[in-house]
Order: sequence, then C-alpha cells, then structure tokens
Amino acid sequence: MAGHSDMQLIDEKGLRLDGRKPDELRPIRIEAGVLNRANGSAYVEWGGNKVYCGVFGPIECHPRHKQKQDRAIIQARYNMAPFSVHDRKRPGWDRRSTEISLIISNALEQVVMLEQFPRAAIRVDMQVVQAHAGTRCVALTAASVALADAGIPMRDIIPSCAAGKVNDTVVLDLNKEEDNFGQADLPIAIVPSTGEVVLMQLDGHLTSDEFDQALDMTVKACHEIHELQRNALLHRYGGES
Amino acid sequence: MAQEEAVANLLRGHLEALAQKGQRHDGRKPDEFRPVTVKTDLINTAEGSAMVTLGDTRVLCGVKMIMGTPYPDSPDRGSMATSAELAPLASVTFEAGPPREVAIELSRVVDRGIRESGMIDFSDLCVESGEKAWVVFIDLHVLDYSGNLFDCCTLAAAAALTNTTVPMVQHGIGEKDVPLKLHTLPVSCTFAKVGDTLLLDPALDEERVMNARFTVTQDKDSNLRAMQKGLNGAFTVEEIRQAVKTARKAQQQVRKHIEGL
Repeated sequence: MAGHSDMQLIDEKGLRLDGRKPDELRPIRIEAGVLNRANGSAYVEWGGNKVYCGVFGPIECHPRHKQKQDRAIIQARYNMAPFSVHDRKRPGWDRRSTEISLIISNALEQVVMLEQFPRAAIRVDMQVVQAHAGTRCVALTAASVALADAGIPMRDIIPSCAAGKVNDTVVLDLNKEEDNFGQADLPIAIVPSTGEVVLMQLDGHLTSDEFDQALDMTVKACHEIHELQRNALLHRYGGES
Repeated sequence: MAQEEAVANLLRGHLEALAQKGQRHDGRKPDEFRPVTVKTDLINTAEGSAMVTLGDTRVLCGVKMIMGTPYPDSPDRGSMATSAELAPLASVTFEAGPPREVAIELSRVVDRGIRESGMIDFSDLCVESGEKAWVVFIDLHVLDYSGNLFDCCTLAAAAALTNTTVPMVQHGIGEKDVPLKLHTLPVSCTFAKVGDTLLLDPALDEERVMNARFTVTQDKDSNLRAMQKGLNGAFTVEEIRQAVKTARKAQQQVRKHIEGL
C-alpha cells in the first residue's frame, strides 16, 4: 500500500468517509455502445472513476510473431489520461499500465471463445479519463461489456471489484483516501457462472480470517456488478432481464 | 500504420467527382462544418475540461496547471505544453505506444494556434519573477476519429481553457481559485484538397482521399495567427488565398459554440 497512517477512515457508527457501509459499493453506471468508431464499446462511471473501453476485432494480428495458430489473442491496453489524476501523469505507457494490461488480457482470454478465430487479434482499448482508485476493476468491468457489444462470442461476462482493509476493518471497493491510507487492497475478478477467479492481486496485510471475509465480500459484489453489466446490454439491445 | 485500410479507387473517384460539382458525400456545402457540440467541466481531476464533437469525431481535452520555474530567458513568464494522444479506441488505425508523427504534428498545430493567438498572456502566469510560474498542460484525448482532428482539437483545447480554474488555494498563493484569464478565442479551419477542390472540415472518407491539407487559425478579429500545410500534395497560390477567404467567414460556424462558455 502507498502509505499506512492512523488517519480515521471509519467513524464510530462504522461508516466510511463517503458515508458508505463497509460492504457497500460506490454508485456505478454502465453504458454500452458509446463510441462511434469501435466495433463495440462501453463507458463506466464508478464513484469518481470514468473509463471508456473500445473493442476492435477480430482483426489481423500484429506483430505477426504473436499470432497463435489455433486461436485468437486478446490485446488489452490500459491507459490513463494525463489529466485523470491530481498530479498530472506523463502521457503514454509505464510499467504499471503494462502490468494491468497483461492481467486484464489474461482474465478476458478465459471467457472469450478465442478458438473461433485462429491467428486473429481482438483489441481491447481502455482509457481512464478520471481516476479515483480501483481503475483496473472499472476497466475490466467496462471491457467485458464492450466485448459483448462488439458481438464477440464469450462464455460469460466478467465483473471485477476490490476489497481492502482500513482501520483494521475489511471494506468493499476502496475509494481514493482508503486506497492511499488503508492497510490492504485486493482486486478480484470472477466468472459469475462458474465462480472461477480470473484476476487477483493483493498488496498490504491481511490475516487469513480477513482474507476470507474480503473474498466473500468481493464475490458477492461481483454478482451485483454482473447484473449492472447485463442491464447495460439489455438497455442497448432490449430483451428480457 | 499496420492496420491502414486500403482506399478504394471507386471511393476516390466518387468523392472527387462530387467535389468537382460542389457536392459532398454527406450533403454539406464545400464551406460547411459538420454539427458541433461542446460540453465542459466533465473531469474533476483536471483544472479545466471539455468534450467536443465535430460530426462523428470526438475529442476530450483536460487542462492541468502545475507550478514550475520560469525559463531563464523569460523570468516573468509562465509556459504551456500541448500533447495529443490518438487513443487506440478511437480508430482501428491508431496503435498504442509513443506519439507518432501524426500526433506530434497535430498537437503542435493546436499549440501554435493557442500560443500565437495570444489567448493566454504568459506574463499573467508568472507568480514570482524568476522563481515561480504556472505551466499550463493541455492534453488532448481523441475518443472517436472520423476526420478533421485539427479543428476538433483546437475547439476542445479552447473550450477546456475557457473552463479552467487556477488552483491558487492548493498552492497557497491566494484565498480563492480564479478563472484562467483569456484574451481571445482561436478557431481553426482545415481544408482538404480532394481532386482540385477544397473542402472545409473533411469527414473521414474525404481525409482518406485528400492529396493535401491546409489549416488556418484565426483570432476573434479574424487575424491570421497560425497556418499549416499538410501532406505531400500542393496548393496553388490562388487556392490558398481562397481558403483563407473562406475561413474568415466559415469560422463563425464553430466560434459561436465556444463564445460565452
């Protein structure tokens, strides 16, 4: 974690700085089909986070040596706008965005039916335009919706969210202050229909009981987010919810 | 670009023939902009922001103000820097990675329009002579590429600057934050040469078949402040004169969307 502190992040009533209960998500709004040029797209506002995702493909895979003879590859690219954070970020790639891009690609490859498109690439481009902690979860949540919007065949849609620890309490979906001054951060993504975990990271300090609690909390929240993802697609394409 | 789409000769022929008759694909006149929308104050991590659409092209601009040190040769002046990111989600032809020539030319043309129009008086940005001055970062993020990024980016940058608040309190300089002082509004007009005809505000298909590009940026009194001729085609002197003349009038079509923001 960035820095530990004695900062009071939970009040005597057990509420957090933004008034949420420990197991409460920030407000989430998901919209499918927001970009003109992408084959599929999504926009997610999640607390103070704003993320666009565009999907292109299946397209020819470049560079060639990355092609797989029997299936497609996912090329996920996570990028932050320079103005998305309080201290301006230098534009372009860094080690952090490269790692996040990789783990998001890995998560998506578990659900996309890659075997249907040998030697192709499916490009998943994510742009964070405003960041307020938890952008990798927001980006992955947007990516699944954008892939579905592009009509890419998938086994399921992946929701993602994080749990963490602040003032020795396990809480869901850290905001910026909790991320900066908290004690642990555990982002996770699951395949709702099978319960498989396709993304998991941890930094900080959790006892094994706290870990179990955090895991239960995130899995439950992922199912809620999955509903929102489904609703966004139903809203765009109609049909029974 | 690796995924460059091939241009059909049929498309080229069709658009050139249309242009010669003074017509366009989407029904516009040769000197007509596509519809413009401007939304400001969308990003709360930025000091100013705007999202501008020009037809199906969409650009998000964020302005950040950072405290820096003045350059030794201009101790009483702040500075600005403009960068453009052609986000890969904006077009299948855009690739991730460091900015390429196209993005660099784009950001420099936008930068010149703002700088040379005197929109920002850099001496306004000086806080302490030789010690402290504001640096204005203008970051352009293309979200949908459907032609004419130059004019859409200049509009987005101008709109975002109009929306910019100087973070005085955060830097302990004043009691309250104040709007960034602006002195004029630059507007750019970009023409594509399709066959032998000049078309204002080229749409994507028109950009695909253009031989040359010409951008002219004017201040609010229609003085010329920046120009750029692009691509490997050429213009006659008469064509350039005509473009400048057309731009004088045509700029009003978009200027009204950022005036009085």
